[in-house]
Amino acid sequence: MDGMLLAKAIVLGASAIGAGVAMIAGLGPGIGQGIAAAYGAQAVGRQPDASDKITQTMLLGQAVAETTGIYSLVVALILLFANPLIRLLS
Amino acid sequence: MEFDIKTAFYLGNIPITETVVNTWIIMAVMIAFAVAAGRKFSNAAPDDDLGTFGLLTEIVVDGLNKMIASTMGEKAATFGPYIGTLFSFLLLANLSGLIGFRPPTADLNTTLAFASISFVLIQGTALRSKGIVGYFKGFFEPLWFLFPLNVVGELATPISLSFRLFGNILGGMIIMSLLYQVVPILIPAPLHIYFDIFSGVLQAFIFTMLTMVFISSAG
Repeated sequence: MDGMLLAKAIVLGASAIGAGVAMIAGLGPGIGQGIAAAYGAQAVGRQPDASDKITQTMLLGQAVAETTGIYSLVVALILLFANPLIRLLS
Repeated sequence: MEFDIKTAFYLGNIPITETVVNTWIIMAVMIAFAVAAGRKFSNAAPDDDLGTFGLLTEIVVDGLNKMIASTMGEKAATFGPYIGTLFSFLLLANLSGLIGFRPPTADLNTTLAFASISFVLIQGTALRSKGIVGYFKGFFEPLWFLFPLNVVGELATPISLSFRLFGNILGGMIIMSLLYQVVPILIPAPLHIYFDIFSGVLQAFIFTMLTMVFISSAG
């Protein structure tokens, strides 16, 4: 019984660390979206008339760039709230 | 702390979740709006005074039509009604968190269902415009051994579409409820502007926009 508890504690602790490590992936989309926003601002500065179209394109590109970050968020959420590893123990 | 989707009640043996009930409520609101607006416009003569409600409907429908026409071109007439409905539903669903509902889009079942519809529309448009031979030939381009990569690329579309919406809305919901546990008053209120209003409107817009872009580029 004690061994089981220890195993569960290890799995839970490792899952929490894993969730934290997974969210490091947030770096990439952050940098990418920042670059997109920078060029968007530059483009609006050059052509203020086309700002609607530029904003729309920028947001669309940022949404696609965000995908990897969202995947890491989903992985972290699964590890925290719907942990599949803990079920393997029992 | 639980973010599980609660079961509202059982219909025979089938569990009806909170998501489904909230979807029904949003559907009821949309149907009521559509019926009221339809009745108003079908009885109206061209120079009638439409009143506030009529003019508001006109602004909404006109805005949606313009947005769809500028992205889809000549396909706007075919897909316009679906895209407009999709945007209105997602908008209401994302904003429903503001009045205390659990947003239906914070459930992967909802977003995956919508992404599947988009996937079928994309593939159907491609099949119709290229023909059966051209459609399957498209998978072997530019080189034949890239076939598995092309298939995975097509299948990734609905998955990334659904996870993007789901992750954004659920992430916002979780951050807000964590914040409510730390500081229950004053501080969380302005953050609803970002997590519910800004993020909700943006994600509804992006989902419909990407669907439109994928459909237009398919055929």
